[in-house]
Amino acid sequence: MAEPGFCGHCGRGLDEVDHDVCRARLRLEPPRYCAQCRRRMVVQVIPRGWSATCVEHGTVSGG
Amino acid sequence: MTAMSVHIEPSLHDPSQLADLREQVLERGEGLSEEQILSVLTSPDELLPDLLELAHAVRMKWCGPEVEVEGIVSLKTGGCPEDCHFCSQSGQFTSPVRSVWLNIPELVKAAEQTAATGASEFCIVAAVRGPDERLMSQMRDGVKAIKEAVDIEVAASLGMLTQEQVDDLVAMGVHRYNHNLEAARSYFPNVVTTHSWEERWDTCEMVRNSGMELCCGCLVGMGETIEQRAELAAQLAELQPDEVPLNFLNPRPGTPFGDLPLMDSKDALRTIAAFRLAMPRTILRYAGGRELTLGDLGTRDGLLGGINAVIVGNYLTTLGRNPEEDLELLEDLKMPIKALSEQI
Repeated sequence: MAEPGFCGHCGRGLDEVDHDVCRARLRLEPPRYCAQCRRRMVVQVIPRGWSATCVEHGTVSGG
Repeated sequence: MTAMSVHIEPSLHDPSQLADLREQVLERGEGLSEEQILSVLTSPDELLPDLLELAHAVRMKWCGPEVEVEGIVSLKTGGCPEDCHFCSQSGQFTSPVRSVWLNIPELVKAAEQTAATGASEFCIVAAVRGPDERLMSQMRDGVKAIKEAVDIEVAASLGMLTQEQVDDLVAMGVHRYNHNLEAARSYFPNVVTTHSWEERWDTCEMVRNSGMELCCGCLVGMGETIEQRAELAAQLAELQPDEVPLNFLNPRPGTPFGDLPLMDSKDALRTIAAFRLAMPRTILRYAGGRELTLGDLGTRDGLLGGINAVIVGNYLTTLGRNPEEDLELLEDLKMPIKALSEQI
């Protein structure tokens, strides 16, 4: 898989802007944008985990 | 959109003035009037420890030391036709949340995860104006599957209901129904334009008369005035819900309230104390936003200031604290988790 190029929180390029706030927010919310292609992902949150699926790049998950 | 902030001279500014409130709420169990709630909400920071102590004493006397633990899950996420300005699941905003349905095996897994924390309540939520037949059918299958697999009370939050739908949910064995007022009647048109506060009230009345328990709460920190916050607490008290979930606005990207600031933590704690003093016998639950608004220390202060129920684990579209952290906190505070089938 290619190096991540996009922020999972705001969807903008990792080199485009500073993402410190986004990284902090991602501690309390799942990513919404695919890190590979910035497509919006289908995200399902359950009490002890989450999964986020990009139609092109598959599923990532967390606890 | 945001209400104008007006400085209000506090009418409650000395611990000795709390004696009358103590007699009324702690000794007689009578909730505060709207005017009294306003006096609590406008009290100075120096009085906050005394207010929290009184609210905690009221909770312990009228509800007991138990804490009700609940988990929630989104059965149908996103694509909602309503325009609740705080909500990332509205289809009317540019929020990144996409529409998705949870299948029955995943729903049962979520209930099992919740029960494993010691929780007695599991709430199934859908982002809809009200349920259609597809959603009611999914609920029938889902509630049945959960009841066969997990020992937990099932609650639901599916928007506005018809009487027939209320009856269906009772027949399914749904124990409690959540439908929030969200905001004071006078502020509601600033928050939602696609339905009215009165429509919400009507659903709550139907639920209360159905045999299901009524869970009806709100969000604070949406730009309402202090007077409107007092109005909201008084309106909730008038409705007499079994449970009041208290959410603090977590501004969501892409929503009309996405750029509002977080609520001040002391205002949040004053709100907890005021709600407890307005509703001495109600289950008052920490819901969304506490992690950001109160942090770890404030969460503890709220549990010692009137809160007697928590949502553990993740929320509908955002993440919560690790459940073990909350359970350890309850153990530290010597607050036992309410057992299944035990009434607070």
